Amino acid sequence: MVPTSPSAVVSNRVMTPHRLLAVLLVVTLLAVPFVVQSSFWLTFWTMTLLAAVLGQSWNILGGYGGQSSFGHAAFFGTGAYAAAILQVRFGVDARLAAIAAIGFGAIAGAAIGMLSFRYGLRGSYFALVTMAFAEVFRIIAVAWPLTGGGAGLNVPLHAGAATLQFVDRRGYYWAALALVAISIGLAAWLERSRFGAWLVALRENEAAAQALGINIFRVKLGAITLSAALAASAGVFYTQYFLYLDPGIAYGPGYSIEALLGPIIGGTGTVLGPLIGAISLHLLGRLATAATGGAPGLDLAFYGVLLIGILAFLPRGLTGLGAGVNWPSAWRRSRG
Amino acid sequence: MADGGDAAPALLELAGVSRRFGGLLAVDSVALQVMQGGIVALVGPNGAGKTTLFALIAGFLKPDRGRIRFAGRDIAGLAPHLICRRGLARTFQIVQPFGALSVRENIAVGAHLRHAGRRAALAHATAMAERVGMAGMLDQPAAELTIAGRKRLELARVLATGPRLLLLDEVMAGLTPPEIAAIVPVIRGLADDGLTIVMIEHVMQAVASLADEVHVLNQGRLIARGSLAEIAADPVVVEAYLGHGAAAKLGGGTAGVGGG
Repeated sequence: MVPTSPSAVVSNRVMTPHRLLAVLLVVTLLAVPFVVQSSFWLTFWTMTLLAAVLGQSWNILGGYGGQSSFGHAAFFGTGAYAAAILQVRFGVDARLAAIAAIGFGAIAGAAIGMLSFRYGLRGSYFALVTMAFAEVFRIIAVAWPLTGGGAGLNVPLHAGAATLQFVDRRGYYWAALALVAISIGLAAWLERSRFGAWLVALRENEAAAQALGINIFRVKLGAITLSAALAASAGVFYTQYFLYLDPGIAYGPGYSIEALLGPIIGGTGTVLGPLIGAISLHLLGRLATAATGGAPGLDLAFYGVLLIGILAFLPRGLTGLGAGVNWPSAWRRSRG
Repeated sequence: MADGGDAAPALLELAGVSRRFGGLLAVDSVALQVMQGGIVALVGPNGAGKTTLFALIAGFLKPDRGRIRFAGRDIAGLAPHLICRRGLARTFQIVQPFGALSVRENIAVGAHLRHAGRRAALAHATAMAERVGMAGMLDQPAAELTIAGRKRLELARVLATGPRLLLLDEVMAGLTPPEIAAIVPVIRGLADDGLTIVMIEHVMQAVASLADEVHVLNQGRLIARGSLAEIAADPVVVEAYLGHGAAAKLGGGTAGVGGG
């Protein structure tokens, strides 16, 4: 019997509503630099895209592979610092520094993966270990003269394509959009490759995956390395955009949380989840600030309440909306 | 123990395999030879060490002592994925489907061992599904399958890895008699296609219709082997199942079973 193009069957089943959403997203994101005039909103959208890249990097490991990291700042910060240090301390060409920084990020990922997966760390243990690594890196960055310590590190301003610095802020937007496209391409590749199938299999059941000939250590290691390289690329972007780094920014919990929040809100283990999550979260943050009229702290409380609401009602994230809303059992009863 | 079959080397050969869990000797110097082709059944009371023995063969547990050879090479202590790659695959007594994936995607994970491309793996998965009678359920989420469906999926997934020897751990447990009657010819078909099968099974009707040879494991030791009729008549086996003295009472034909 001739199989009727199996991939076509799969895509017909899941892609139709998602394809519409994807087209809408692409059009919106392509229009932003032409429509948006204020630098505030251009920055807003650029930072949203940066979060989407970081979120996708988390999603590769945590979403597809089920290995939830709480310390993606370790990779983000390593990329950011490596790019800055290579340029400032060693006078390396910015483009070369960017590529090398992504390599350093990948090495950091492989090293942390080697140590944690070799000893079979999973679930909360893996999360704690990654968090600890990010914190250790932060402390090293404070202490090490090469990083400029707590005072931070400035990258001199030299606008130009060769220095990967753009006078027109739209240039950064396009660069961020390109990174988003690459990250989404990676996720799409995972969904139709052997490596991706193995990764999802070990997320679902490690023993069964091993019984089917999968070297789960090697696959996890590959996933964390890829994930870390992508997170490092987001870090490089940060350095080139702000031209300033300090240990709290690079290795603090802020970007570790940013990395996991987007995919969880948008939908883990989905191609578009991290992007949708990042856009939703950033818009929500703006909404919270606007709604509370700038009263200090109140916006964060409001933001928190909104987040709890999303997590309670949409356990599969925003892309899981099609599967229905998870009403609390008490409500379900009263609704008959 | 290892008499006969000297002409052809065994496909699977265990010698003196032991594994201890604390104070319990779960598998005690097991020697076993499985020849190429055919179906061998492994039976024994609950807790006899059957699943532990499978885990030792498939690499999920390391033996404390003993030798395990598969297709002429030592595999004792090798990682499970390496053993699977050599063509020795197992199913799980407690089925372990990848719940978030469809039936086809589940089987494709196994097919990827020999097929790098997605398209080829999915096509092979479809073929394997047909082989175990799941052609109509390809797009169903694995989490929604019945027990019988999950058992078939477990079988199809492992078949997709292209094994020479299959270890089937109670693929019939929990099935209704009609479901058992439906899966027996599937397993017979696999053996007819040249696969060697070792099955742990409590359903004696299935053992009777499938197995060429039956090995009995009790308290970690192999205590008997032969045809089902032979081992059923073996007083040692009867005692293992029914308790000390049972064989004498049954054999003597006296009515004093509950006597005292």
